[in-house]
Amino acid sequence: MKVTRRHFLEGGIAAFTVTFAAPEFFYDVARAQGAHVRNLVVLYLGGGNDALSMLVPYNDPFYRVRRPTLAVAAGQVLQIGTDSSRVTLGLHPRLTGLKQIFDQGRLAFIQRTGYENQSRSHFLGTDIWSTADPNNPQGLGWVGRYLDSLPSPVDPLGGWNTTGTLPRVLQGRTAVPSIQNAAGYSFSSPNTGVEAAAERETALRIASHVPVDRPELAFVYASSRAAMATLDRVASVATYRPSLTYPNTGFGQALQAVAGAMARSIGTRVFYVTTGGFDTHSGQNVNGVGGAYYNLMATLNDGVFAFYNDLRSQGLLEDTLVLSFSEFGRRISENGSQGTDHGSASVMMAIGGRVNGGFYGTAPNLNLDPGNPTLENKAADVRYETDFRSVYAQVLDSWLGTDSVRLLGGNFRRTGLAFV
Amino acid sequence: MARTSDRRIEHLLRRASFGARPDELEYYGEMTVPQAVNALLNYDNIIDDIDSFVGKPGYVNVTLRGQFLPQSNIIDARQRWLFRMLHSDRPLQEKMTLFWHNHFATGYAKIAGTLGAAEATRYLAAKASQDPGRVHGQIEMLRDNALGNFRDILVKIAKDTAMLVWLDGRTNTRAMPQENFAREIMELFTMGVGTFTEEDVYAGARVFTGWNLTRPGAATDGTQHYEFVYNPGQHETAPKTFSFPIYADGRRTIPGRSAADGMQDGLDLIDALAASPNTARYLAAKLYRFFVSEVGPVNPAFVERIGSVYLRSRYDMKAVMREVLLSPEFWAESAYFTRYSWPVEFVVRAMKDIGWVGFSVNDALNPLANMGMILYEPPDVAGWDAGRAWFSTGAMLARMNFASTLAFNQRFNLGTTLRLANAMRTPDTMLFHMTSGLRTAPLDTGVAAEWAAYLQATGPWTGSATQVQAKAAGLAHLMAGSPEYQMV
Repeated sequence: MKVTRRHFLEGGIAAFTVTFAAPEFFYDVARAQGAHVRNLVVLYLGGGNDALSMLVPYNDPFYRVRRPTLAVAAGQVLQIGTDSSRVTLGLHPRLTGLKQIFDQGRLAFIQRTGYENQSRSHFLGTDIWSTADPNNPQGLGWVGRYLDSLPSPVDPLGGWNTTGTLPRVLQGRTAVPSIQNAAGYSFSSPNTGVEAAAERETALRIASHVPVDRPELAFVYASSRAAMATLDRVASVATYRPSLTYPNTGFGQALQAVAGAMARSIGTRVFYVTTGGFDTHSGQNVNGVGGAYYNLMATLNDGVFAFYNDLRSQGLLEDTLVLSFSEFGRRISENGSQGTDHGSASVMMAIGGRVNGGFYGTAPNLNLDPGNPTLENKAADVRYETDFRSVYAQVLDSWLGTDSVRLLGGNFRRTGLAFV
Repeated sequence: MARTSDRRIEHLLRRASFGARPDELEYYGEMTVPQAVNALLNYDNIIDDIDSFVGKPGYVNVTLRGQFLPQSNIIDARQRWLFRMLHSDRPLQEKMTLFWHNHFATGYAKIAGTLGAAEATRYLAAKASQDPGRVHGQIEMLRDNALGNFRDILVKIAKDTAMLVWLDGRTNTRAMPQENFAREIMELFTMGVGTFTEEDVYAGARVFTGWNLTRPGAATDGTQHYEFVYNPGQHETAPKTFSFPIYADGRRTIPGRSAADGMQDGLDLIDALAASPNTARYLAAKLYRFFVSEVGPVNPAFVERIGSVYLRSRYDMKAVMREVLLSPEFWAESAYFTRYSWPVEFVVRAMKDIGWVGFSVNDALNPLANMGMILYEPPDVAGWDAGRAWFSTGAMLARMNFASTLAFNQRFNLGTTLRLANAMRTPDTMLFHMTSGLRTAPLDTGVAAEWAAYLQATGPWTGSATQVQAKAAGLAHLMAGSPEYQMV
């Protein structure tokens, strides 16, 4: 056991960190034997991503008509080809890294994903995408249910949420740790030496209790227990040195921690990362360098591209699938504040070493005709073509190797979605 | 620390305050429950000068970065609010202000990104009495109206500068209506999701066209500031029809009006939202979760009863809160310790229980962020995800570690208190003294024995000052970091 003293000089206070030597884990053994690992990184673009500014149908004549100030000029987009409906598509000019990933065939866009009567509420919308259940959006998350379905004993570090509070998508019967900062994930003590060790041992013993008939308290005990049980493995992630420098954004740092957890083989299989600010009602500024949406794309691009390259250097790219979602797309026509209001269907992304890159599904036609079948709400919003649960089904069946019908409560399997 | 008290008063103060300082326990402990509820509700009778004690001996410290500037520096604004939560003698006013902050959840970062850091702090936290332009920040407005009339709060929030930036009302114009505020006032501030249609959102956006900002005052003397203005030139004058009644006679259409009279549209809609039975139920359910219980479903009888008090009193939150705090649901034995404390509730209560002299609230700010709660920075307009969502492992660890930081800081005070109470004679007297100071939900089997064992784990009991300090700090850490202490 090792006790290190940390000073918080600013406040003139001190606390002490107590650690035990990291135990051996069977994952290391499994890995040494060449076992194949499949990690899933769920990426949430918070606020409702304006997919039309990310994956731009720049030759659609109505695109410019409906977005006089927000449209990206055809000469500016990063051209990446044509989908099966012969719509030419380009990436937002700041997505240079994603373009490289796309060109390497490791980025798939699943266009017009959504569901019938799509909610335009951030909160209900996020709950529906998280539970994969429009009829019971207050239930457990689809990834949480996946973790619950894994064989016992449950690893308290089977999932890792990189944000402060547990998102619904990871909620299950299994407590998933929220670890924003691996370095700060340690057990402090007001004492040192044997006193500190006695405290930690007491805390560990108490945390092992499972209160009977008091589920509300048992839940807090479970968090406490999971924290105590994961301290040392997480501490090993804090010492991870990536092969390149990640951007100094919350998103970039979260992805670095995810790469660290993978590289250290601590056994975590599912990760949750997010980057927010996509609720661009006003001053969306898609084109200006430093503009609001331009910056969103910069954060997204630079974080994902660093992660992708780091994983490739570490030989982990083949083990990893990143799947992005957002609660809704945005209104096609811009509003009077040079922004866009809440809309409907959107675009999902899948990135990874075993992804079959390219376009899945078709782009919307932005013609204002109320009868336009690719739109809805009097042609105001994009109508979904692929149920988002079909995308989840593909991930569950073909990547995680489980039974999507059981986990999604229905058969959402669809042909033509073999992006992984 | 050690104290015996009416456990009903303790329950009341865990909910209507942030736990109890020893002097609060004494003050309210001499009252009957109805008297204590009255005293909490009628806080206007108590002078509100607590902010003038910042930096004074006997109070918790703030950490200065140059001058203390809660009017313009968000960190200082956070320190001042924590100071108030700990020391105010109007605890229910602070508790309700926190409730409204979560209800009308407005985030600093977006406003700072738009107007700059100092201005963003100003529109959230400035007091008019200290601002050259008489700016009264959103949280000050909510504090003034903490037990005010809900309809009036809605009008004020619709005109609030920070809100007009946060939900983009400042750019809501006739040519291109802006839906952000219209959606959230229906979905999150009043009736709740599922009670209105998309068409209502579009109509609502048009209702509030022209509710924008203006910038009077001079740049030279600090009086220049943004404030609400109704801009008739930007108001959409056509009639607006809703799926729910706007007027008492059931009419669903706000009539076409001249641009000059068009501000009445917004007031009509706010009146309708305040009067909606959906709003009554939505607020009652939220109050149930915040004050009564987070275990099991929301009690439907409570919701109906509190909802009807809300409607009958014409949205008087003082009348509503009186009913909440005297309700049988609140006082049911089974409701004790059935809330998951919010991070600020936990932090302030720990300071009230363990001690604060020599501690700085600044040292609670990073831990609070790790627990998932930054004041003036809710994650989004829906506010914080409360209840179990506070208890991710990282957040639980942050609570345990805050308990450690505070216990370390207070070890001398703890030792002194124990010595004065002659409670350090044996491990048992010490444990008894400290458990009576840090009230928890009933302990799980064996926990008390573990704590007792800890006191003797590293050697025989001598009662020396060194040993008492170490054990008092270690025990305070274990107790405040225990799962049972997190329930309030």
